[in-house]
Amino acid sequence: MNEFTSSFWDLYISIITLVSILACGVLLVAQSRRRVAGGEAETTGHTWDEDLGEYNNPLPRWWMWLFWITIVFSLVYLVLYPGLGSFTGLWKWTQVSQLEQETARHEEKFGPLYERYARMEVKALLAEPAALAIGQKLFLNNCAQCHASDGAGSRGFPNLTDRDWQWGGSPEAIKTTIGQGRVGVMPQMGPALGEQGTKDVAHYVMSLSGLAHDGIRAARGKPLFAQNCVACHGAEGKGNPALGAPNLADATWLHGAAEPVIIETITRGRTNQMPAHQDLLGEARIHLLTAYVLSLSQK
Amino acid sequence: MKAGGAPAQVVEQALYEVRKAIHPRAVHGWFAGWRWALVWATQIVFYGLAWLPWNDRQAVLFDIAHRKFAIFGLILFPQDIIYLTVLLIIAALSLFLFTAVAGRLWCGYACPQTVYTEIFLWVEERIEGDRPARMKLDASPLTPRKFALRAAKHGVWIAIALWTGFTFVGYFTPIRELWDAVWTAATGPWETFWVLFYGFATYGNAGWMREQVCKYMCPYARFQSAMFDNDTLIITYDRERGEPRGKGTGKGHCVDCSICVQVCPTGIDIRDGLQYECIGCAACIDGCDRVMEKVGFPKGLIRYSTTHAMEHKLTRAQMFKRAFRPRVLIYSAVLWAVIIAAGVALWNRVPLKVDVIRDRAAISREVEGGLIENVYRLQIMNTSEAARAYRLSVSGLPGIRIPGETVIDVNGAASRLVPVKARIAPGVAAAGTHRIDFGIESTDDPRVAVREKSVFIVR
Repeated sequence: MNEFTSSFWDLYISIITLVSILACGVLLVAQSRRRVAGGEAETTGHTWDEDLGEYNNPLPRWWMWLFWITIVFSLVYLVLYPGLGSFTGLWKWTQVSQLEQETARHEEKFGPLYERYARMEVKALLAEPAALAIGQKLFLNNCAQCHASDGAGSRGFPNLTDRDWQWGGSPEAIKTTIGQGRVGVMPQMGPALGEQGTKDVAHYVMSLSGLAHDGIRAARGKPLFAQNCVACHGAEGKGNPALGAPNLADATWLHGAAEPVIIETITRGRTNQMPAHQDLLGEARIHLLTAYVLSLSQK
Repeated sequence: MKAGGAPAQVVEQALYEVRKAIHPRAVHGWFAGWRWALVWATQIVFYGLAWLPWNDRQAVLFDIAHRKFAIFGLILFPQDIIYLTVLLIIAALSLFLFTAVAGRLWCGYACPQTVYTEIFLWVEERIEGDRPARMKLDASPLTPRKFALRAAKHGVWIAIALWTGFTFVGYFTPIRELWDAVWTAATGPWETFWVLFYGFATYGNAGWMREQVCKYMCPYARFQSAMFDNDTLIITYDRERGEPRGKGTGKGHCVDCSICVQVCPTGIDIRDGLQYECIGCAACIDGCDRVMEKVGFPKGLIRYSTTHAMEHKLTRAQMFKRAFRPRVLIYSAVLWAVIIAAGVALWNRVPLKVDVIRDRAAISREVEGGLIENVYRLQIMNTSEAARAYRLSVSGLPGIRIPGETVIDVNGAASRLVPVKARIAPGVAAAGTHRIDFGIESTDDPRVAVREKSVFIVR
């Protein structure tokens, strides 16, 4: 593929390359023998520090052949591989094709292993320590950056080791979450509720999960909650996995359970994204990951 | 142009030359005996060790694919690379010491290039005859007899070379399995490559390249010369005793028989003094001593001596006394210190290694009850051969503990990655990083224990 703006550069590089190789050959011929005056043939003719002569200790002839071999090698290389401007070489080698070949070889080698597990039910994989070990490796390489090495997550990144599933905990739902990704959006409610209204709703939410709260504010917040929040979080605040709306009536808090944090969540909203892994990992690996993720909450 | 003379004749001078074949004459004697002793010692170890069993595995096996390097009862992992470094330091210091004391001892007696050349020369002599016979054979046209001799020689060389290549690969892949694989042509591509490559290198270097390896390729040969001083034992021709050469009255002890040149594997004349080609094999000493014996002169016209001893006519006792000079003493002291330190370190080596990797993204999290939790990955490597259970603990902050399972089973010579949590109560530590220590201890042997530091972050 020609990446140059002008074909001049193709020519420029090709000529410099070939002339350099040629020059190496000329230099080699020129330097393989020398003409010296008879009778002084013992030294190379170099004189150092006024009177220090240098004896001619010839190099072995095969050494010179090594130089010729490098020259022939470079010419053969330039014919077979890309090197002269935009000439692709007879073998049409590219970095991308090499990557594709290696990926294909890798798939060929490990494909049957994944294939065997891909045919098994997720629930059946839970009883396969070898499958879970592969799952753990995949998890550590792809998921642990956000969900932590033990899968228990961190602020803003869900805990996968509890039985509380924001998007559903069935094997199918988990698989969709990993493969397609999820975007959980909590809209910004601050402008609609006002500062006091937000605080009232916050206390009502805290009352749902049995946290310490101000009863008067919670009572004032209840109708506001019914107007603004039930569409997603449900009348009892139990959430809706279809929308990714979290259950507010349990002890799990993705962003934190402190009053100021809840107020901030309501006021400014939240956008949480789980990236899609279908193209990155493929079906078979996601199948194993699903089993591993499910196993985390089975203990 | 010279004044008043004819123009100087101009000649072509080649800067590359064709190697002149060297056919060293076979030699017997004290030093040849030593050289053969080292051939036997090194080759018995090299060819034999690979077949030695140890419990239910090969005693010495460098399993690169599984990153496990077994040397008898010792199992080393890539993390033990320091021992390889120490081994190389010991090898280098030994080279310095031996070279300072007695020149190119390594080159002359123990270097694989010398050892295999010695073996190949022996084969050559058995098949083609001694030096004169070989020179005659070289010069003769290709007859069926010459062809047969050459074919037999190269056949035996190639057999030795392939066996060497096979043995070499046998240190990296179990040799008994490799042996079976060879007979069913089932060796892997890399095994095949390395058997052939190492075999070819042996055949090429010991059969064809010989002294050229030492003259043109070997870096050690070059820098060893820089370690010589006037008190280094080198192979010396006693010029004062030997000159003028020749037979008859008024001549020195050198009868100019040229045996020293004929036996030299690098084709030099030691009587010209110390030369960079001299590998210090002492073949010329053995050769000359035999001649001296025959003609009735004292031995040692060519002998191990030092420049200093030659110049000042020192006695042997005086010469050897000068061996104890500062550089030799310092090399010896450093060498022993490194050997002892390495020995102590190996003796006290705990067959357990742990790497603690803190989770980078999940910095610090609050869990039920307001407890603060950090997550770590512990890579636990059991470098003993028996399966072991380890108890994990953590210390460094008040009340810090590991929730959940704290006993971990790891198979013998295996490693396991375990995610581990550490928890503290809220308020016991200020926001920021705190140094903590993980303790990993074998449940059945408290001496097998490791402490690894890490940090606990509170925000």
